[in-house]
Amino acid sequence: MTEERSGEEQSIEMELGEAAVIKLPRSTSLERAGGGLLVSLRPYYEGVIHFTLFLCASISVLVTVGIVVVLLYESIQFFFDVSIIEFLTGTRWTPLLKPQHFGILPLMCGTMLVAGGSAIVAVPIGLGTAIYLSEYASPRFRDIVKPMLEILAGIPSVVYGYLAVVFVSPIIRYVFPSAGVFNAASACIVVGIMILPMIISLSEDILQSVPLSLRGAAFALGANKFEVTVRVVVPAALSGIIASFLLAISRAIGETMAVTLAAGATPKLTLNPLESIQTMTAYIVQVSQGDTPAGTVEYRTIFAVGLTLFLTTMTMNVIAQYILSRVGERYE
Amino acid sequence: MASTPSVKKIMQPSDKATSGYSKAPMVRPSIPEGKGMRTADELAQATEKISVRDMSFYYSENRALTDISLSIPECCVTAFIGPSGCGKSTFLRCFNRMNDMIEGTRVEGEILLEGQDIYSSRTDIVTLRKRIGMVFQKSTPFPKSIFDNVSFGPKIAGIRKKKELYEIVERSLQRSALWDEVKDRLSESALNLSGGQQHRLCIARALANDPDILLMDEPASALDPASTARIEDLIFELKEQYTIVIVTHNMQQAARVSDQAAFFYQGLLVESGATEELFTNPKKQQTEDYITGRFG
Repeated sequence: MTEERSGEEQSIEMELGEAAVIKLPRSTSLERAGGGLLVSLRPYYEGVIHFTLFLCASISVLVTVGIVVVLLYESIQFFFDVSIIEFLTGTRWTPLLKPQHFGILPLMCGTMLVAGGSAIVAVPIGLGTAIYLSEYASPRFRDIVKPMLEILAGIPSVVYGYLAVVFVSPIIRYVFPSAGVFNAASACIVVGIMILPMIISLSEDILQSVPLSLRGAAFALGANKFEVTVRVVVPAALSGIIASFLLAISRAIGETMAVTLAAGATPKLTLNPLESIQTMTAYIVQVSQGDTPAGTVEYRTIFAVGLTLFLTTMTMNVIAQYILSRVGERYE
Repeated sequence: MASTPSVKKIMQPSDKATSGYSKAPMVRPSIPEGKGMRTADELAQATEKISVRDMSFYYSENRALTDISLSIPECCVTAFIGPSGCGKSTFLRCFNRMNDMIEGTRVEGEILLEGQDIYSSRTDIVTLRKRIGMVFQKSTPFPKSIFDNVSFGPKIAGIRKKKELYEIVERSLQRSALWDEVKDRLSESALNLSGGQQHRLCIARALANDPDILLMDEPASALDPASTARIEDLIFELKEQYTIVIVTHNMQQAARVSDQAAFFYQGLLVESGATEELFTNPKKQQTEDYITGRFG
């Protein structure tokens, strides 16, 4: 039985083998000889794929344009009711209370207070960490810290917000009893921690991109590690480091959740971080979730504030990108 | 072997003592006979600046240099030649302990600078590197002004007075033959200089520390012939005051600028001696094969 079978199988294999051997060249020769149709659906597939991908790409462009148009349209409507001069120079912001005042300076001041305060927290720590990671740390330590930074960057901003209220704020009130429950300082601290990973990873990349040969040259001139770092590596990377600060601060300006929770809702023209303030983003949250009727001046304020916010962060991002793009040119 | 013409063959023994060296085909004719070139006798009489005794060098487990012994005479140019990867650059970087920056490197034996061990645990690396300056293969100007580049070393050494710094910068730039080209734009960025100028700037920067010894890792290997000629002229000028050690791939360059040459192959010092002697009458077959271009 087994022998017969194996014989059969063999013969089948033989046939198949022969068939394959004979058929293969035949089919290819047919194609080569032009036996196949020149017309196929392939060009259409290519076209469809091309168009689909184009559509994907244009969505982001269209959305951007759409947002800007809506912001501009509603803001222009707003400026029919409120003069642009009052908007930019007024020192009181009370659109939801009578008498109404539409001066954006208190909101602007709140935003800048939080942005500046968080920069004061994040810039020294961030730069110090970046220098340490790039110049001093062992590769093993760097391998531990870098994923930690990723985790820090992944913590939702609302978590930072309530940490500010339940943890940071009580500490501030313990040290400065005059501070309110909601105060700018706690917002500054948590937003500073939020933007820390961004400063560290961007600055560290830029420090790493300073050529090793430059460090070697400085060492060969008798510099010690600290002198090499401070006099050669950091100055060589300075423009990139500044750009990373700008990007981080622009993030702090746009930060919403943490400041809404931590900084309070009192538009105030003050630089005292212990007081409750309101930022532009927090105001937009307040109006958006409230019961302000759509179409009214009060409602349109959020578009004017949004536009102001958009222009501020965009300017900073553009400056930062411009500086960053020039860093690359220097070392080819 | 005999069919290929070697330097040995071109040189007639009678020429050697007088002008034989300048007749070697690789010698640049523009250098006047004997100008600055030390003879073998002068070399023998020169004071020993650096003495290397049975030195071996390891990159973790790999031995890169084996039992090197060499004497480097004062106010002479010593050239290290050999094919890529023979260890000549590694050896050069041992003199100012630049290899310390690479983890897992280790030195056995000793290198003495005027009798003091460079690798002693009590050696102050900063002082050592101020006495032994280095110019790298690739010019590495800092992204600062020309003035700040040259005054980098003195500033680190603690010189603060502007006038004193200016004098050092002027002297160093004059010695590196760059002063006339840059004296009106010292505050401009060094990155705006041409390749050759950047290289001379790096030499000036090394000279500003007032070293005794200048190490040059493939000077001018990335430069055009005119800039190379300037650097080589400069080496001739500088060796009156400095002890110079250069590493070069380019045998013609070694023949042109050096007084003493050392040929390295696979981490071994195959042969060393007066350049004239080594190039015209090499004792080892490997050396002859290399300088006649049979390998490497």
